[in-house]
Amino acid sequence: MKAASFDYERPTALPAALGLLARDDGVVRAIAGSQSLGPMLNLRLVQPDLLVDITAVPDLLSIREEAGTLVVGACVTHARLEDGGYPDPTRGVLAAVAGGIAYRAVRNRGTIGGSIAHADPAADWLVAATALGAELVLAGTAGRRTLAMAAFVLGAFETALEPGEIIAEIRIPGLSAEARWGYWKFCRKAGEFAQASAAVLIDPSRGLTRCVIGAASGKPIVMTDPAVLREGGDGRALELLADTAIGQDRYQLRTHSVALRRAIAKAAA
Amino acid sequence: MSAEPHARPVRLVVNGREIAADVAPRTHLADFLREQQLLTGTHLGCEHGVCGACTILIDGEPARSCITFAVACEGRSVTTVEGLDDDELAAELRAAFTAEHGLQCGFCTPGMLVSARDLVLRKLDATDAAIRVEMSGNLCRCTGYVGIVNAIRRVMDARKAKVG
Repeated sequence: MKAASFDYERPTALPAALGLLARDDGVVRAIAGSQSLGPMLNLRLVQPDLLVDITAVPDLLSIREEAGTLVVGACVTHARLEDGGYPDPTRGVLAAVAGGIAYRAVRNRGTIGGSIAHADPAADWLVAATALGAELVLAGTAGRRTLAMAAFVLGAFETALEPGEIIAEIRIPGLSAEARWGYWKFCRKAGEFAQASAAVLIDPSRGLTRCVIGAASGKPIVMTDPAVLREGGDGRALELLADTAIGQDRYQLRTHSVALRRAIAKAAA
Repeated sequence: MSAEPHARPVRLVVNGREIAADVAPRTHLADFLREQQLLTGTHLGCEHGVCGACTILIDGEPARSCITFAVACEGRSVTTVEGLDDDELAAELRAAFTAEHGLQCGFCTPGMLVSARDLVLRKLDATDAAIRVEMSGNLCRCTGYVGIVNAIRRVMDARKAKVG
């Protein structure tokens, strides 16, 4: 249970970090709070030559509002989002999701960007940020680009990050005053990774209805058909799920459709 | 330790004492504390962030020392259970854990005390159910948790009564 040997750098500026991450003379990995990568290193599931700790880069630590959009630096911890005290156009949604992640000791170190980059299908941010319609600003030595969450996650632990690229910012559109949000996850023990999860955003003034199912063994499943909501997660939702991997397993179908129904009920409450 | 590849100097504060040491990047904070600083109050259970036995404070906030690397603690202040000897709240918790049978073998207790102390500071009004959720990141295989929850309840109630 000890990590294999690796080298470590902790740059204090973004260009220096990107320069190190662009090295091609070995396996180089970015590390932030180490709450996912740490266990994987200890279990020797990952054996990088160099870890680039990006938590000392000030640009990645800010939270700010830009014209109704919350812009969260990749290295902002779950605990910081949980505790509030920042301008919040998401009307408390981020704080509620963050507060349910793992345990406080993990939330104090784990970061939103690290969680999304890790792309564990069961991670809270994958499903929540997808439902919120978040965009990711990716930074590399070649410059910056912006990708929607739905385009960023390609599969389980698989993302659109190019070698040497990191998530710099998560841009989360604000919710209108009439917006409704529901999030529900099924864990056998408080704080463990979800067996099934779902997030629902209904924002009439933006013409938005988005249901997302997480812990789906691959990328989050997005449903925008209004019938999913109208039928409360039965009917149309089950038809749509039938074509996914979840639909092939009765237990999975059951837990995920219950998660969806409960998330819809919360949004409607 | 100098035989380890990539060893690098790290400066941090442990239990109020400034420390400069050479550490291999792969050395997690718990091993650094136990093996280089001989602070064996921090216990290692699962070593992958699940059991909570190794929970310590970094700049006053609970963290898993088994999945935090010592090199990442440059410039930080680390407090282990040994560093809480003279802490007023930790003393109240130790007394309550004793009174309520909040421990049997004691393996989980250092992590329990660190997490419980943080919980009392953050959520003094927590219900028993909330205490259970908040403490769910610390596993105990002896007590069945009843004594632990009661101990935390006792400290919270006493603090609230004192405030008035």
